Amino acid sequence: MNGRVLTIAGRIWLGAILVFLYAPILIMALMSFNASPFYQLPFEFSTRWYQALGANAEIREAALRSVLIALVTTTIATVLGTAASIALFRYEFPGKRALRILLFPPIAIPWLITGTAMLIFFFGIGMGRGTPAVIIGHVALALPYVIVVVSARLATFDATLEDAARALGAGPWMVTRRVTLPWIAPGIIAGALFAFAVSFDQFVVSYFLSEPGDATLPVLIYTAIRKGFTPEINAVSTIIIVVSMLVMLIAARYSKFGGER
Amino acid sequence: MAEVRVEHVTKTFGDFRALDDVTMDFPDGGFFGLLGPSGSGKTTLLRAIAGFLFLDAGRIRIGADWVEDVPVEKREIGMMFQSYALFPNMTVADNVGFGLRVRRVGAAEERRRIGEALDLVRLGDFGDRKPHQLSGGQRQRVALARAIVTNPRVLLLDEPLSALDKALRVDMQIELKRIQREIGITTIFVTHDQEEALALSDKIGILKDGRMIQAGPPREVYRNPIDIFAAEFLGEANILRRPGGTLPSSGVIHLPVTATDASALAVRPENMTLSATEPVAEGLSKMSGILAQRVFSGALGICLVERDGTVVKVIARDEDIPDIAEGDTVWISWKPEHTIVIPGG
Repeated sequence: MNGRVLTIAGRIWLGAILVFLYAPILIMALMSFNASPFYQLPFEFSTRWYQALGANAEIREAALRSVLIALVTTTIATVLGTAASIALFRYEFPGKRALRILLFPPIAIPWLITGTAMLIFFFGIGMGRGTPAVIIGHVALALPYVIVVVSARLATFDATLEDAARALGAGPWMVTRRVTLPWIAPGIIAGALFAFAVSFDQFVVSYFLSEPGDATLPVLIYTAIRKGFTPEINAVSTIIIVVSMLVMLIAARYSKFGGER
Repeated sequence: MAEVRVEHVTKTFGDFRALDDVTMDFPDGGFFGLLGPSGSGKTTLLRAIAGFLFLDAGRIRIGADWVEDVPVEKREIGMMFQSYALFPNMTVADNVGFGLRVRRVGAAEERRRIGEALDLVRLGDFGDRKPHQLSGGQRQRVALARAIVTNPRVLLLDEPLSALDKALRVDMQIELKRIQREIGITTIFVTHDQEEALALSDKIGILKDGRMIQAGPPREVYRNPIDIFAAEFLGEANILRRPGGTLPSSGVIHLPVTATDASALAVRPENMTLSATEPVAEGLSKMSGILAQRVFSGALGICLVERDGTVVKVIARDEDIPDIAEGDTVWISWKPEHTIVIPGG
């Protein structure tokens, strides 16, 4: 009887959490399909805001730029992060523990602070704002995620397999390619998807580092809201959410946050 | 195939001396057991021969080549690991063929040699399986096939049988010996199981604290241990006298001519005989004590006899042990030639 009450309470609690998490998103997604520009009810299904999006060259360009930046960021962060994870796994060197610990705080430091610091830094070295600065900033943000996910997968890897491959005559590169990489591939895919999500959803750092002419999609949305809200923003936001959630779902499936497949 | 020579090899990890001036010869085609307690350096020595660590001092020769500066992948060795280390994402055939693919022998040659190696370990039909579909014994055979398929100059085995249960282990010992004879490869293996070392090896080396304390044919080392540690580590030994000590007072013990005050004296439990009364035969060494415990273990009986505060262990065929009860006074006797003189003490 007591247990039943708890079960029911638990379900209500879980439901409340889901409502809390998803209600605003759902309403926004619904409104992006509502014909009225002023959120008037009754709901009248329409794809006019999505059509308007297609006609909006500014948004299209920003979306394309965001995707390109995310792809470049993902490539660089995944390659660097995987290499770093393997090095951290395979070699003992002075300061290894310190380095491992230093890799975590960037995840916790508020992006506002990171963004400010990067802006100051890029001006300090004479590089200034622009797409290259945005990419470097995104790589710096995404790298710890890749390292964490790939390292978690590597923790389940039996290093004796590398010894066995070497004893059979395989040099370091072949050991990595034929034995280590196949094992950690799910972790690399998950890490890459995380990196893509971090970059594609990034607002603060992008806002600080991008030039007014070449904003990324989140930056453009922010600027657009300041000028006045239109349901087009609902439409583009809905697209971003669907893409991001898909990426995260695939990442979670591949990594299970680092465990077995 | 090749002989192996390890010369004055020293390796330290921080303050820990894992190998301390170790020298040993492994003649061509022999089967060699390295044994010692954990931390004695036996696995370190095997990994040094394989090339997984840099030496602090000393040299290692495989065949005609000094290899201490040659990386593992260029040493032409075969190695089998305690965990077998089969590649989980590859089939049995791909595991066995890994070393052949690295050497680019060609597809036809590769298939032929994989087939031969799998036939040799009696797993001819298992090429398409994945490692997780095999039993422990089968995995072990795959690991062995993979290690020998490249015709290495020396085969290194790290605790090859320790993950198997006892019955399977004995089968695999016989199998391992058969395969080693068949291909005539110089084989060095590490074990902490002294019976396994005695059963398989043409020559054994006993390590302790990073030092090679004794090496030689198993029977020789068993009969003439260099010190008390070797005597007690390889088989069991009743120590009659430690260096500088005195012999048991009651009884008659004939001293071997080679015994000095600095040497220890010992007798193997299986060389002792128990009797209820004092043996009358001439020339036997003998002493008396109280039977503390008698254990029946099937074919053999184990008796613990207490005397002068020490316990002497006697092992005999159970039917050869007289009808005596715990607490009785009994006599232990042995032939004088079974008294082992341990020179190093």
